[in-house]
Amino acid sequence: MANGSVLDLSTETDGDTTVVIPTGRIDGSTASPFQEALLKLIEEGKGSLVVDFENIEYISSAGLRVLLLAAKQLQAGGRKIVLCAMRDHIAEVFKISGFSEILAIHPTRQDAINAG
Amino acid sequence: MPVEMEENEATTAETASSFDGEAIKILVVDDEVDLEALVRQKFRRRIRRNELVFDFAHNGQEAIDKLDQDDDISMVISDINMPVMDGLALLKQLNETKPNIRSVIVSAYGDMNNIRTAMNRGAFDFVTKPIDFTDLEITIDKTLKHLALVREALSNRDQLVALSHELDVARDMQASVLPRSFPSTDHYKTHGLMIPAKEVGGDFYDFFTLDEDRIGVAIGDVSGKGIPAALFMMACRTLLRSRALEGGAPDECLRYVNDLLSEDNENCMFVTLFYGVLDTRSGAFHYCNGGHNPPRLVHKDGEVVPMPTTRDVALGVLPGHAFNRDTLQIRADDTLFLYTDGVTEAEGPGSEEFGEERLDSLLARIDQADCEGVTSLVLDHVREFAGDNPQSDDITCVAVRYHGS
Repeated sequence: MANGSVLDLSTETDGDTTVVIPTGRIDGSTASPFQEALLKLIEEGKGSLVVDFENIEYISSAGLRVLLLAAKQLQAGGRKIVLCAMRDHIAEVFKISGFSEILAIHPTRQDAINAG
Repeated sequence: MPVEMEENEATTAETASSFDGEAIKILVVDDEVDLEALVRQKFRRRIRRNELVFDFAHNGQEAIDKLDQDDDISMVISDINMPVMDGLALLKQLNETKPNIRSVIVSAYGDMNNIRTAMNRGAFDFVTKPIDFTDLEITIDKTLKHLALVREALSNRDQLVALSHELDVARDMQASVLPRSFPSTDHYKTHGLMIPAKEVGGDFYDFFTLDEDRIGVAIGDVSGKGIPAALFMMACRTLLRSRALEGGAPDECLRYVNDLLSEDNENCMFVTLFYGVLDTRSGAFHYCNGGHNPPRLVHKDGEVVPMPTTRDVALGVLPGHAFNRDTLQIRADDTLFLYTDGVTEAEGPGSEEFGEERLDSLLARIDQADCEGVTSLVLDHVREFAGDNPQSDDITCVAVRYHGS
């Protein structure tokens, strides 16, 4: 359950692109700090935001909402959010909810950076 | 009582932790009238700085009367031997009727009997005569610090109570919109159940008796939890209900709900929503799936088929999205099973999820259990699987059995 969930964030930059690599679970208890962190990165950055899902085990609807919110913020400034490296069961969540049609998802981080 | 006269004003390094700059009111109880002047003199700086306010009573009864009239007094310093009502009798009353007040007793040096009785009656601390004002000040500050901690703990508790009240509100909102009866005719039966998580999510389900031959069934799951999720769920449910009861086709209904929910949706909340209409004359089930877990069609022979997605998106984020509609042909004694991810994501031993495979193999074995039997069977298995793990999301199950035309 949400209690005690952990989400760590590390970031890298590639030109104007900010790459954020969260590790752990994005759920009810970690969505709020995740949102704060993403919005801060968006505010500080200039280019696209790549979210690398390689180390994400689980994402709940609260986590999906944060990504939509980040996408909206970026779009308002003519920028993009690009997701990448999802495990199959995470990709399934995006597919079922239909958000794979709204958010750009790429197989690898390099693909995502190239697309950003 | 005799007091030791010290020339220097009582001062200690430690200052009372006053409550947000508000003066602390202390009631001093002693039949020795000289004490009043002495206390005022010794603590004059802190009285002037409005940190401490002193009031005085001359026996236990007078003290009780003052405390009854003045709720601001947070501490009592009392002598033991006094006329009318002595200090020990006062302590007993305070302990019983004013538990928030802390008292410090003043006793003769070495009078262990009275000191023990006083402590047993709830005195917080004691000082001995002749009064050493430095020691008294340290004792006062220690007592006030303790009181501040108690108040902080109480305020945390009140916040927790307020929070749990908020959760209750969300839970009530959610419960109030769920159907209280389950439509049924000779041609179909229905049942639904929703078990809210402790921190309420935004699950709901609904049935719409559209006319003699058509029954609508909906299930939804709002992102996030608590009151925001409950409010979004209420809006979604009301919008869907209004359009569905006008006879709107599932894709039209979802488009309508989506367009309205997407307006000014700054927080990007969303709802996954499935809505289908069963025509009992033909057995046609028309449906539209806005990003929800695919419901299952369970045939009489135990075959379980996930309903193909309509390639749509959850509602609230993409205004103007044109939703699609699909149709399944339902046979007599087929069962439709709708659920939310609280079922499949329920965690069991070692964080393993209940999962779709377990669900499907369970549904394959429902045989001819009635609709209520189906929903409770799934719930029972999810609960058994989860064991002692806390329920982190609402669990919702809906079943519709078609009995043929």
